[in-house]
Amino acid sequence: MENNKEAVKENSMILQKDMIADHFHNLAQAKENGKKVVYTFVPGNLNELIWAFDMLPVHPEINALQSAMRKKSAAFVLEAEKSGHSEDVCTYVKCDVGMMKRGNIGPTGEKLPEPDLLLLSYTGCFTFMKWFELLKQEYKCPVVMLHVPYQAEGSISGAMVDYVVKQLEEKVIPVMEEISGKKLDYDVLKSYLSASNRAENDLVSVWNSARSKPSPIDAYFGGVYYIGPIFSAFRGLAQCEDYYRTLREEIDERVRLKLGPITPDGAEVKEKYRLVVEGPPNWTSFREFWKMFYDEGAVVVSSTYTKVGGLYDQGFRHSPENPLESMAEYCLGCYTNHNLPSRVDLIEKYIKDFDADGFVINSIKSCNSFSAGQLMMMREIESRTGRAGGFIESDLVDPRYFSAANIKNRLESYFQMIDAKKAGAS
Amino acid sequence: MGIDEIIKKCEHLYNDLDFGYVKAWKEKTGGKAIGYMPVYIPQEIIHAAGALPVGIMGGGSNLEIIKGDAYFQSYICHIPRSTIEMGISGKLDVMDGMIFPAICDVIRNLSGMWQMLFKNKYVKYLDLPQNFDPEIGGAFYRYEIEDILSHVSQITGKKVSPEDLKHSITLYNENRKAIKSLYDLRAEVPHKIPTSEVYLLLRAGNILEVTEHTALMAQYMTEVKKRDIKPQDNIKVAINGAFCEQPPLGLIKALESSGCYIVEDDWVLGVRYIQEPVATNKDPISGLVDAYLTKSVSTASKYEDKKEKGEYLINSVKETGAEGVIFCMPSFCDPALLERPMLAAALTKAGISYTSFKYAENTGQFRTFKEQTGTFADSIKLWGGV
Repeated sequence: MENNKEAVKENSMILQKDMIADHFHNLAQAKENGKKVVYTFVPGNLNELIWAFDMLPVHPEINALQSAMRKKSAAFVLEAEKSGHSEDVCTYVKCDVGMMKRGNIGPTGEKLPEPDLLLLSYTGCFTFMKWFELLKQEYKCPVVMLHVPYQAEGSISGAMVDYVVKQLEEKVIPVMEEISGKKLDYDVLKSYLSASNRAENDLVSVWNSARSKPSPIDAYFGGVYYIGPIFSAFRGLAQCEDYYRTLREEIDERVRLKLGPITPDGAEVKEKYRLVVEGPPNWTSFREFWKMFYDEGAVVVSSTYTKVGGLYDQGFRHSPENPLESMAEYCLGCYTNHNLPSRVDLIEKYIKDFDADGFVINSIKSCNSFSAGQLMMMREIESRTGRAGGFIESDLVDPRYFSAANIKNRLESYFQMIDAKKAGAS
Repeated sequence: MGIDEIIKKCEHLYNDLDFGYVKAWKEKTGGKAIGYMPVYIPQEIIHAAGALPVGIMGGGSNLEIIKGDAYFQSYICHIPRSTIEMGISGKLDVMDGMIFPAICDVIRNLSGMWQMLFKNKYVKYLDLPQNFDPEIGGAFYRYEIEDILSHVSQITGKKVSPEDLKHSITLYNENRKAIKSLYDLRAEVPHKIPTSEVYLLLRAGNILEVTEHTALMAQYMTEVKKRDIKPQDNIKVAINGAFCEQPPLGLIKALESSGCYIVEDDWVLGVRYIQEPVATNKDPISGLVDAYLTKSVSTASKYEDKKEKGEYLINSVKETGAEGVIFCMPSFCDPALLERPMLAAALTKAGISYTSFKYAENTGQFRTFKEQTGTFADSIKLWGGV
């Protein structure tokens, strides 16, 4: 059963909750206040640019997951299927389409404004393209495509950066100037990029804290809260910097006190297993899902999902020095824009760097970008590291695909497997 | 060769998952072979570099999947699992490289799996641009083409001159012309040209050296015009959504025997992807770039910047005289399934009837499909649509 008790919140969580509430409130009043609204996606988002034009960003994936956490997504998904969408395709898309068809009431209960622009950052996910093609049919507003090439060879070439920069210069920025009625002020853009850079430093410090034993954070279930501001509307803003400074201080204190992560119930997890997790979480039963881990003393010390909006821990930082090149490299560097061999290398590195006992893949039905190839990744990582891999399946925002009993059974067997490996090793 | 012989030859090529023709071609010419996945690659560059481009469209309905299923979850389409099966069972050893064009996340990730499985082979993910400005997407696409040309040249040991490339483009232009003539004729007299035959001819184009394929098409055209078959009371339909994983041949035959003449389709789309001749009167790579940017079809894996969604399909329905559209899509195919609601809305607006179903390349039972499309055909005959 889902735990319905009110979650226990740390200061940073309260700060974030207020930021999100404010943002949705601002969105609800956007038209009244003459603000232009840009819908765009999390991976490869151009928040600094959006803010530089004084526009307001909306991230449909965030709306979908927020709707799921508030138990609203099932009805939205069904609404979309009723209107002709296949049961086979991405439930983020269907949740968004269903939400729109039911009046576009956002997760906080306020109506979301229609977009003035669909900024299609086509980074690491094919479905993004279809998603905004679908929204274009409904909203009849301009769409600007930013095609971000895939890192198929495991690196970023000059031609790839040039391609993205040219699109920014000749397509994206002119359209945003036209819609906002403002010329891009590069000094303003640079100031947002500098702020992003500082917040990114603090976030990386938070990720690295999980090298401590016990880990003071859960880098997946807790991690999704930590990425909230920087992956969504706030990267580049002063309040985002404040959030990460506060978070870092909280985590530093936990390291000093040798405390483990705090669960939503307010209890401290006594670390028994250190894990790396690949794949997005299930959002419809998020707390129940997390509980299956912390009840067994499993702490996630690193995860790949928390890198879909930027691999800051691998060194990338937004830079005011070369703003467009920096934004291009950001878009190119998001996790799902990396080829499979690079993803395997990264998970192997995480297992070693964070001294993990094993890794779990949460394979998401909706998300081929993550999921296609994960079974092979699992075998390869197991063979390279000798650590146990677990494989579970669920979905993003469609509760029909969260089978709690199956997942729990698999996880219990998996933890037994780790125990057996540890016993064998000793 | 008579029609039966031509089709028998094509059917043999279609069924031969050991690629006997490719092996023989390599032995005879000393050349190399480069496999490619749907939907489109500029085959001209492979040809100019002295290699045989070979279209790989999965294992179809005849391949037993022994290990391939262990690589993919149940909710992923079938073509990658049969392709992996062919790869790990050695059937694709004859390929000296594999190209995976940008079509969806599954094929994209399959390229990475191939990199991990076949470390000594050339593996290329061809990132087809979604920006169609010659100075932006065009410049990037040129980089991609030059990259492939350079790698395939290394594999074959042949340095490619502009004249070589122009020659290859000319041969492929002739092939495109032959295919277009066949499609035009089928739209005109579909009772004489069963799509099951057209389909096999197209699939043969995935394997045969281009001049051999063009000659085969010409022979078929000559012979088919002699056929004396009376038209039946069938409706004309356009098929949409089958551009990657292919329906089994039995399904195509079932559709045809349900009262439908197929006059337009998008299977084996790569050979019809470029709709006009590629220019050879300038830098040939520019010709290929321009062809992709300005002369290529509309399909679900390609971003449509300027055109209205569905415009292309509606035009092709009108041009071929189709009376309805059958959305025939592989299960779990993101591009086709996400495209369908938009196309369906456009068809409804244009007053064109449609029906839809999903298949897998190894679907074995066709009765339900036949009943569905038969009912669709009846409804159009009786009421002009549903």
